[in-house]
Amino acid sequence: MNNTRHEPSEPFLRIAKRGEMVTWKTWAIRIAAILLALLTGAILLLLLGHNPVAVYLDMVTGSVATKTSRVATMKIFIPLLGAALAIAPAFKMRFWNIGAEGQILVGAIAATYFALFQYQNLPRPLLLFVMFLAAAVAGGIWALIPAFFKARFDTNETLFTLMLNYVAVGIVKYLRMGPWRSPASAGFPKISMIDQSARLPLVFGVNIGWILVLVLAVLMYVYIRHTKQGYEISVVGESVQTAKYAGMNVGQIIVRTVFFSGAIAGIVGFLIVSGSAFTLSDNTSGGYGFTAITVAWLAKLNPMVMILITAFLAILTKGANTIQTNFKIPASASSVLIGLILFFMLGCEFFINYRLIFRKGKKREVAHL
Amino acid sequence: MNPEIAIEMRDITKTFGNVVANNKVCLDVFRGEILALLGENGSGKTTLMNMLSGIYYPDSGHIYIGGQEVSIRSPKDAIELGIGMVHQHFKLVDNLTAAENIILGLKGEGRLNRKKVAEEVLEISRKYGFDLNPNKKIYDMSVSEKQTVEIIKVLYRGANILILDEPTAVLTVQEAEKLFDILRAMKQDGKAIIIITHKMNEVLSLSDRVTVLRKGETVGTVVTKEASVTSLTEMMVGRAVTLNIERPEPIDPDPRLIVNKISCINKDGVKVLDDVSFIAYSGEILGIAGISGSGQKELLEGIAGLVPLSADSSITYYPEGPDKPVELVGKRPLDIRKLGVALSFVPEDRLGMGLVGSMDLADNMMLRSYKDARFFTDRKGPRQLAESVVRQLEVVTPNITTPVSRLSGGNVQKVLVGREIALAPKVLMTAYAVRGLDINTSYTIYSLLNEQKKNGVAVIYVGEDLDVLLQLCDRILVLCAGRVSGILDARTATREEIGLRMMGAKEDEGHE
Repeated sequence: MNNTRHEPSEPFLRIAKRGEMVTWKTWAIRIAAILLALLTGAILLLLLGHNPVAVYLDMVTGSVATKTSRVATMKIFIPLLGAALAIAPAFKMRFWNIGAEGQILVGAIAATYFALFQYQNLPRPLLLFVMFLAAAVAGGIWALIPAFFKARFDTNETLFTLMLNYVAVGIVKYLRMGPWRSPASAGFPKISMIDQSARLPLVFGVNIGWILVLVLAVLMYVYIRHTKQGYEISVVGESVQTAKYAGMNVGQIIVRTVFFSGAIAGIVGFLIVSGSAFTLSDNTSGGYGFTAITVAWLAKLNPMVMILITAFLAILTKGANTIQTNFKIPASASSVLIGLILFFMLGCEFFINYRLIFRKGKKREVAHL
Repeated sequence: MNPEIAIEMRDITKTFGNVVANNKVCLDVFRGEILALLGENGSGKTTLMNMLSGIYYPDSGHIYIGGQEVSIRSPKDAIELGIGMVHQHFKLVDNLTAAENIILGLKGEGRLNRKKVAEEVLEISRKYGFDLNPNKKIYDMSVSEKQTVEIIKVLYRGANILILDEPTAVLTVQEAEKLFDILRAMKQDGKAIIIITHKMNEVLSLSDRVTVLRKGETVGTVVTKEASVTSLTEMMVGRAVTLNIERPEPIDPDPRLIVNKISCINKDGVKVLDDVSFIAYSGEILGIAGISGSGQKELLEGIAGLVPLSADSSITYYPEGPDKPVELVGKRPLDIRKLGVALSFVPEDRLGMGLVGSMDLADNMMLRSYKDARFFTDRKGPRQLAESVVRQLEVVTPNITTPVSRLSGGNVQKVLVGREIALAPKVLMTAYAVRGLDINTSYTIYSLLNEQKKNGVAVIYVGEDLDVLLQLCDRILVLCAGRVSGILDARTATREEIGLRMMGAKEDEGHE
């Protein structure tokens, strides 16, 4: 007779991979996720004693309604999109570059050097170009360090790039307190503001960086989708074995791609220094290198989609600042709001890729009777 | 004496898709006995054992442990029933010590008493004659020590039925001898032991009885004392089956690839290819037979430039016409291509090496041609190629923008073979080209290979089905433990002949 010890039972809940989903359905899920996030956020706002509708409206108007607010939003948009574009090729290759923060800082250091000490010697266009170039090269070289070790000794790039972030912050601190300390700063050690000639020109009231990152997004899209190198990156990301089989030089591709990734992050550093901050500080990278990872994932590494996601996040961030002042909502609460929306957006990808199967009412037949 | 029966498996059937891995297999083991499970590759040995250890669940059939019918749904059930399996690939955590690995996953008291565990481990070691330091980290251990940890792990869980899947494949002769002494001690202790092995001498010296499987079915069980290498080989390979595969005569065979004394040492320091020499001729199919892991993979990958060969190895490619011969050893795949060597390779791991699963058909076609582009990729050519492969080989796919990982095994293989043939190769290497494919697709592949042969391509066909090798190929090279144990004329060779050479029971000296 049946052995009762091993009663067959289907688990209550199973998770199974979905097949291909129709596009409109995936977007319906995403929109539902955002609505759910706003609803959850509304509960939080109600508990804090505010009218959620008023707060949400204020978030939007506070970030796009006036020219000043739009400029402020763009100041978030430019570096965030740049950083997301920077990590895109590395992530496509499954090289987890979480060191964009450090690469941005190192790029910023290089740009600041020319802005502080060489501005008298160079005409403005040349100065800006040199700053741009120096930032790109510096960011690229900073990223090359983990890439080299990865290609040569297969070290863990996640830890390596992360640790280098702190090294970069350390270097900025040293410069701020030591050699680059502004003589004008009496108490707090800081670096001087850069000269007017080292600042980016404005186009429609916003520094020209916005054009640069948009062009970069298009270029990156073409690079990943339609070039030989982009194809190599995709193959290496999918399977190193296949890449070798196809005759690719995997080490060289890793080094080249990560240099490229770091170089773009370096350029973001230049855009921040020359476009919005006008000086160098420990906070120059501002966490963009980390938020960029969220953007890159939400956009599935598609540079065109990154533009939309970045715009959305920039509006959210600026809006969160606005409601802090207008409604006296604590900064932590508005961070929770942003966190909720991101959580729901990333979480809904699970439901796009997997489906849940609940146990059916009746028990399965026992195999042997 | 009436020995107590430990395991009885009756009419076990297990299918994977439309492949029948086990068909009404029967097997029994007594306490205090070592049973050898023998069979060719793909004869269903490991599948059968995985059903005992709870990894698979049989489609039908009965399993009795100690006379009582049981159903084993998970490895946990198997452990509770006293069944322990030592897999071919060890499942140990490198950063933990032996003792920590041994207790890993066990429910214990809240606090871990390392000293007590170490003592218990030593106790087991003493009992059976293992030599193990419980506090040594896995990453400091030799392969043999790791195996010891695996065995003690199952003993610690109270296993009295032990299954060992090719335990000596990774051991030196001395280590294997030591293991056998331990297994004999366990047998004395009343444990039931099943050992999967391909090595005839081990079967004969160690086991009490032998159960032979062939193509998923039980051929029979014999008492080892009454068996011989020849009788066991015959049981294993069985009678020849006529497949009606076309075999045209080679036309004007010319030496295309002369492989001279190639050797290869893998990253574990094991010599996987030892002094292998042969000639591949144009217009013929050279079969390569051998138990899996006898060096087939390294041989093909060595020729393709994917694994390094020892410095004194030589592989010379003789192009058609007046061009000079080319040396391939020490060159990377790209260099080989640049030298104008038209070498196509259908690797064993189709989606892990030959193709990119997440990419569509067209992008996979591009894998071989993308280098010719300057900076921007040209997708027109690959797209046309994908379309023509789909049309000519009747690939079943919604369209050419479907990721290949969504296709069935046979269609994946058609895409891969189609791409490699489209390169107009002079040498075509295939590894297990029909593994997992249905009959129709297999015949499609055979006729594709024959077509290449008629076009004067030197085809190298690594296979596992002896009937196919005997009826498709012109010559068969037999590998045994990385050495060539014979190169036979496929028109006159017999299954027994190849079987004996695969087992290392027969070897030519100074071939070619």
